[in-house]
Amino acid sequence: MSTDYIQNYEYLPVALAPTAPRAAVRRVPPRIRPARVILQAFLIAMVGLWLFPLFWAVYSSLRPLSDTIQHGYVSWPSSLSLINYQTAWTQAEIPYFYLNTLVIVVPGVIFTLLLASMVAFCCTQFSWKFNLIVLMLFTAGNLLPPQVIIIPLYWIYLHTPIAMFGSIDVGKFSFALFTDNTLLYDQYIGIILIHVVFQTGFATFVLSNYMKTITKEITESALVDGANVLRIWWSVILPLCRPALAAMATLLFTFMYNDFFWALVLLKTGDKRPITSALNNLQGEFFVNNNLIAAGALLACIPPIIVYIALQKHFVAGLTLGSTKG
Amino acid sequence: MANTTPSVAPARARDASEAGAFAATRRRRRYTLLTRHDKILIALMVGVPLTLDLLLIWGPTLASVFLSFTNWDGIGPVTGDNFIGFKNYQLLISGRYTLFWPAFTHNLIWLAWLTFIATPLGMLFAVLLDREIRGTRIYQSVFFLPVVLSLVVVGFIWELQYAPTEGFINNAFGLVKSGKLIDWLGNPRINLFAVLVAASWRHIGYIMILYLAGLKSVDPSLREAARVDGATELQTFFRVVLPVMAPINVIIVVVTAIEALRAFDIAFIINQGKNGLELLSILITNNSTSEASLVGFGSAIAVILLVISLGPIILFLSRTMRTTA
Repeated sequence: MSTDYIQNYEYLPVALAPTAPRAAVRRVPPRIRPARVILQAFLIAMVGLWLFPLFWAVYSSLRPLSDTIQHGYVSWPSSLSLINYQTAWTQAEIPYFYLNTLVIVVPGVIFTLLLASMVAFCCTQFSWKFNLIVLMLFTAGNLLPPQVIIIPLYWIYLHTPIAMFGSIDVGKFSFALFTDNTLLYDQYIGIILIHVVFQTGFATFVLSNYMKTITKEITESALVDGANVLRIWWSVILPLCRPALAAMATLLFTFMYNDFFWALVLLKTGDKRPITSALNNLQGEFFVNNNLIAAGALLACIPPIIVYIALQKHFVAGLTLGSTKG
Repeated sequence: MANTTPSVAPARARDASEAGAFAATRRRRRYTLLTRHDKILIALMVGVPLTLDLLLIWGPTLASVFLSFTNWDGIGPVTGDNFIGFKNYQLLISGRYTLFWPAFTHNLIWLAWLTFIATPLGMLFAVLLDREIRGTRIYQSVFFLPVVLSLVVVGFIWELQYAPTEGFINNAFGLVKSGKLIDWLGNPRINLFAVLVAASWRHIGYIMILYLAGLKSVDPSLREAARVDGATELQTFFRVVLPVMAPINVIIVVVTAIEALRAFDIAFIINQGKNGLELLSILITNNSTSEASLVGFGSAIAVILLVISLGPIILFLSRTMRTTA
């Protein structure tokens, strides 16, 4: 198996790309083969099936409730408008919940990458007695279902004192430094903390797989030149890992953005909820208006979709990083 | 949910054996390069994240095991009186707590559905898209799109399909007009499968991408050789490609199992995991963080979930770590 592929994936159009040369050779005799036609027909049908739920959500979200009531849910629209988006945006205060998510996700991703790259660096560039066990602890920790640890974690969050340092106020929302009730429970910092610790397991595993491909001689020669390990980690190894870090950042952003469980259990105040859990409130408030719910749900999934479209290669590379090494 | 993305790390046996011969001498040399200062830095760089991991992940895991033998309610200290031995487990297994076996069964059905329906479909898509066909990238992007959505959003999007009077399915098939409504999400005999369809919408794309990466890494000359020897495409796949992909197949199995055990968000969004959608993960959460606060009892369910999860976790570790040693 080639190692080139994973190291060069950033030069490929998509992470899974090397079909082009073979395709060029194969496509020379342009005859229509029935198998291909059936295959294409099948795939197109599947694409339709896959996109339909999304299309239906978009369609519903564009129809005012009155229009749906008058003509029925499955009908041609007499008018389309953005009114549902407007209502969700203001009434459900979507912008605030975007901000809540942002406050959690940005520090979450940064700290996860810092901690995970440190551990991966120390475990792959130096040989010491327990480095394999440490890697296993991190990897296995991320594979546990979160519900296995939630009971004691909930108790820890309710009993860990944190110092209060005032807050940063943005409009109606107040971002406490670092707590407004002296606890980890019901705080942004608590959610950030559990995201960082939980995802460090995954990021450590992936980054250490990547760093194994970096020869140890680089670290050794930097040590000979008198650099200390912190310096080597920051100015030598991290720049070499840039593609892997980009891939991980994309993926971690999506994981943390899409989180529902931690915020559900470890946050109590509705105003602090990230956008995915806030959608749950929207359901109760307007449960008759499916069109509004559709608009809210679509607004909530716009950021990850933008990230996916813009950074597709990183995204896919992140998921498959390490899969083709060997 | 989404973060069961342990990447696939196939055997690196060759590297290991080559490196092995020099390991002893190289190790000594590297250590002499490190100053005391460096060693302290390394201890800190590993120590801080490790401490957090032990405190917030492994500590609670062990605490769950410990608490499962108590009837503690989460208030005050745990005293000797709280210890009740295996009573929590007896209560669960006896079926007097009526939600346990349904939840357990639902997790099993979830696992079976993903294993025998969703994952094979994802693999099929990967195999189909691995050929040189027109528009393969577009197909990949479409199938993968649901993977980036949160399961909460997936739940909402599918509610628009399933809702009894407002949903697309009942309306499109005329069930609303004829009055023969099917309550896809409310009827406990079918709602689990309705939810599984929605969950598969996301799971299939995920498996497809992982498997496709694996397929791309298969040496093309193997297939060429098989073709030259006159093997059909099916034969080539089952006798050549599939065996070569063994490490990735293991990863796929692990990812599928972990996803099934973690299932929570989508069932919770639809009806808070009641009435046919009970899952172990939801029982744990409801018992321990609600007013009832049956911490000891909830922990026993958590331990059962933990024990089941250890299977795929150990499988994963043994496959990925073995050759690195």
